[in-house]
Amino acid sequence: MRLSINFVKDYVDIPENIDEKQLAEDMTKIGNEYDLAERLINVTNVIIGEVKKCEMHPDSDHLHVCKVDIGNEILNIVCGAPNVREGLKVIVALPGAILPGGVIKRSVIRGVESNGMLCSMAELGLENKFLTEADKNGIHELPANAPIGEDPIKFMGLDDEIIDFELTANRGDLLSILGMAYEIGAIYDKPVKNIDLSYEAKGEDINSNFKVDIQTPNCSIFLAKKVTNVTIKESPDFIKTRLMASGIRPINNVVDISNYVMLETGQPLHFYDSDRLGNKIIVRMAQEKEKLTTLDGQERELSKDDIVIADDKNAVGLAGVMGGLTTEIEEDTKNIIIESAIFDAVKIRMTAKKILRSEASLRFEKGIDPNRTYMAIERACNLLEKYADANIVTGIVKYDTTKKENKKINITKNNITDLLGIEIFTEEILDVFRKLGFTYSLNGDIIEVNVPTRRLDISIKEDLIEEVGRIFGVDNIKGKLPVLSSRPGSYDKVTRQIRNKMISLGLNETLSYVLVNDKEATMYSTDEYEIVKLLDPMTEERNTLRYSMIPSMVKIYEYNKARTLKDIAIFEIGKGFSKQGETYKEETKLCALMTGEYGLGINSKIQVDFYVVKGIAEELLNYLGYENRYSFVVKENLPKEFHPYQTAYISVNNDIVGIIGRLHPNISKDATFVMEINLDKLLAKKVGKMKFKEISKFPSVKKDLAVIVDKQITAEELAVAIKKAGSSLLTKVELFDIYTDSSIGENKKSLAYSLTFENSKKTLTDEEINKEMEKIIEIVNKKFGAQLRG
Amino acid sequence: MKEQIESIKENALKKISDAKDIKSLNEVKIEFLGKKGELTSVLRGMGTLLPEERPIIGALVNEVRNLLEWEISKAETNFKEKELQEKLEREKIDITIPSTKIIRGSKHPLNRIIEEVEDLFVSMGYDVVQGPELETDEYCFERLNLPKGHPARDMQDSFYITTEYLLRTQTSAVQARVMLENEEKRPIRVICPGKVYRRDDDATHSHQFAQVEGLVIDKNISLADLKGTLEVFMKKMLGQNTNIRFRPSYFPFTEPSYEVDVTCFKCGGKGCNLCKQTGWIEVLGSGMVHPNVLKMNGYDPEKYTGFAFGTGLDRLAMFKYGITDIRTLYTNDIRFLKQFDRKDEEYEIKY
Repeated sequence: MRLSINFVKDYVDIPENIDEKQLAEDMTKIGNEYDLAERLINVTNVIIGEVKKCEMHPDSDHLHVCKVDIGNEILNIVCGAPNVREGLKVIVALPGAILPGGVIKRSVIRGVESNGMLCSMAELGLENKFLTEADKNGIHELPANAPIGEDPIKFMGLDDEIIDFELTANRGDLLSILGMAYEIGAIYDKPVKNIDLSYEAKGEDINSNFKVDIQTPNCSIFLAKKVTNVTIKESPDFIKTRLMASGIRPINNVVDISNYVMLETGQPLHFYDSDRLGNKIIVRMAQEKEKLTTLDGQERELSKDDIVIADDKNAVGLAGVMGGLTTEIEEDTKNIIIESAIFDAVKIRMTAKKILRSEASLRFEKGIDPNRTYMAIERACNLLEKYADANIVTGIVKYDTTKKENKKINITKNNITDLLGIEIFTEEILDVFRKLGFTYSLNGDIIEVNVPTRRLDISIKEDLIEEVGRIFGVDNIKGKLPVLSSRPGSYDKVTRQIRNKMISLGLNETLSYVLVNDKEATMYSTDEYEIVKLLDPMTEERNTLRYSMIPSMVKIYEYNKARTLKDIAIFEIGKGFSKQGETYKEETKLCALMTGEYGLGINSKIQVDFYVVKGIAEELLNYLGYENRYSFVVKENLPKEFHPYQTAYISVNNDIVGIIGRLHPNISKDATFVMEINLDKLLAKKVGKMKFKEISKFPSVKKDLAVIVDKQITAEELAVAIKKAGSSLLTKVELFDIYTDSSIGENKKSLAYSLTFENSKKTLTDEEINKEMEKIIEIVNKKFGAQLRG
Repeated sequence: MKEQIESIKENALKKISDAKDIKSLNEVKIEFLGKKGELTSVLRGMGTLLPEERPIIGALVNEVRNLLEWEISKAETNFKEKELQEKLEREKIDITIPSTKIIRGSKHPLNRIIEEVEDLFVSMGYDVVQGPELETDEYCFERLNLPKGHPARDMQDSFYITTEYLLRTQTSAVQARVMLENEEKRPIRVICPGKVYRRDDDATHSHQFAQVEGLVIDKNISLADLKGTLEVFMKKMLGQNTNIRFRPSYFPFTEPSYEVDVTCFKCGGKGCNLCKQTGWIEVLGSGMVHPNVLKMNGYDPEKYTGFAFGTGLDRLAMFKYGITDIRTLYTNDIRFLKQFDRKDEEYEIKY
């Protein structure tokens, strides 16, 4: 809401010592934040002058040389405007004047001295949308009564200060000068002045020949009055400048008055050319695909959720949003029907969102005080009589289902002090209500407050408490910590532990976008699920919620690769989304991506391969307590974005919880490895407590076992078999060497394991261990044809 | 014979002091003290002496032997010491050669802020709770006193999935869940940090960002409690000298509602381009829980009051680490991430 200070001063006195900056700050303190405070026209050193003499420039076919009287001297000024002429009152920018286009200097133009500039409105910085045709074509022509030597900006009423407020959604009442006047009055303890609603009504009552027919509950009140014999002309300066200050372009006196009254009261009005409208107005819902050409000449297609104003046959206006072209006020309009009505806020909001946001719809959306509906129509008559020579027809056509009584709310001093947590005297509370213009009565402890209908935002006790806080000032409240029963707080510790573990393993934590494109949302998984798409995405690149986090990580990898950053070790804990049946599911996942070199500084870097990432996975799983309960499982059915021979599923308690592997060369040409674990699934698997195990007093014995087996036998298969073959004395089997060479045979490999034997009760003898070894060798030979490597 | 012993002694001492290493020292030892050594042969020749001379000469020989043994062992120790010194010297390294780099990852700045906020509130007895990011309209809006068609919904342009499901636009969505889940309707003290989503993307807005919501419901909770809590919160995040200012505002789920400004963290309140010369920066939305919200979610507004607040965490992270473009937080340039690899500095606060 752009507030014109000149305008609001009609209704409330602002103390002398309060400038617009201070006013803006004071309003901010009570909840009305401002964006900026500025002037409509911001220039210096301009003065009203009269062109005494105007001759053609001797050396130009369009320049004029003028003698301009500015009161105390006559200036020689060269002017190129076509409309400059003798006797014209003009705006003179003196040497040194600062205009939006720059500083005016004394100069010599084609040999003739020029001591200033005659200005157009554009040169003074008036916004383009407010310029008239005449303004665009030449210098501004002041009326003959303009006083020479005085300030033309003040004379034109353009010396106005404007504050642009960002209002909160609940304060529709502040979309009016009157509402602002009450608010300012509450701050400075000034009463709001009366609005002039007087006029003389004549002739036969309008009800005898004009009817309204309200066919929808979405119109709660509809008032109509008729005025005749208007003169369409330019508005007086004060109306024009105030409209401009409020951001509305002046058109003619009648149209301007409807806007002016809307600004004053907050009630949008609509004027119909009575002769084009006929003698009836119907308010109804539009038919599906009904057509209407609005004031701006555009044909609109309507739906059954739009409210329209109609005659017997057609829609003639889009209620609360914009009038129709057929009944528009034109140069030759004589007789007018004034509409002042309230339409359903939600319906208007929907229509406006779909078709057009107008000053009117903005106000209907926020709600309107029905008392203002009456006030506005009376005020329009008052101004039309004064500034458009209108005759006001007796009577008013009325349809009204609204309540117009003040709301009564009971409140006690304790209600207020308890919720705000301050001490405040009853007198101070009553003073706030008085300043706000609310009446009240005291009944013991209870204050019965009468809330005027203009304050649509107030309906419960707490709303009144807010008012007290606002006007009394919350700066006066001293903060304290709440007194609560003492207890420990809690948080999700395991996520942090996982995060810290991954960081300690040398990975960098990322934070990626959840939105990916619909194709990516189907990749990197063979799970059964439906993707979750947005109804109305900002871009197609981000139109779907990710299921796997891998697409997010791959994007990060690509971004860094494009910047020649090749060594990447990243991870993130985030959500993956899917639809499964009728329900949406969001699961917490851990995803890591590694490529390039990983490791310990200059001399000890290693190239990331499957085993590095596997090591990270194992380290994490061991840390989380799943040691000896997980395995890496190879399956045929792999997502096609993975390398088919360097990928495995991670299985815990024989249940797949994640995947680990190399990205398919179609996705990444570098050797890039990813790991994704479904943390919800993993962490649901219980782990035992960490417990001390007695340390054996007897030394353990290590034996190496190197065997030659067929190539396709996995290292793990053999390790498991060895472990099984050993008795309880065999406590550990670790692979330490793999060797292939033609000397040991085609399709053969040698695997060397270190076996640890331990007995917690006695020292092991060579004999015992040799027996164990023989048994193991025999079994693996039987099972895999394993031969001892000599 | 005395003279003979004396000359052996002189001779031996000379040879000891002339010895160049442990080996030559050993030779000296054998030469004089060995089984066939000179001093030993003197003892053997004692038989020729008079009985009264024997103890005198014997004592003299022992005296010389002890002396020589002492001198030899001294020289030996010196040699060993010297040898060790030489060995150590040979092992001298250039300590300025770059170290073996022990690998170290990094923690994202936004998660650092979240952890800091969590730690603060947990220390005051709050529970940290999570809610779904894919929320229903009911929890995100309706149960927060924002029925369909409410004009305040325009403040938040949402990503809808269906007419019923959307990506949550505010962590406030968790409020209703926490109240409903508390079946015995006991007092509540929670914060909820998390991701939220709005249709917005520029240097100061990201379509995905992080917020933290706070909610306290108990008997006798007042606006002064809210103000004190936010003072602690903001001082902890921005420093002891941070002040806060309440400005009346409007949120459908609180009444009264306040926007909260903090002392501008760029200029300290003097006025600068960041705070548009006001000295204040708006960082929080807050207020007393609206009685409708309490009622809708099963709490009796006659018995209970509460406060709620919410703030964007991205900006706190940006301020703390001097990041100017919010998108930097989500671009994940490795060179950016790696900068966040040390322990955090936190403000100490007095209250």
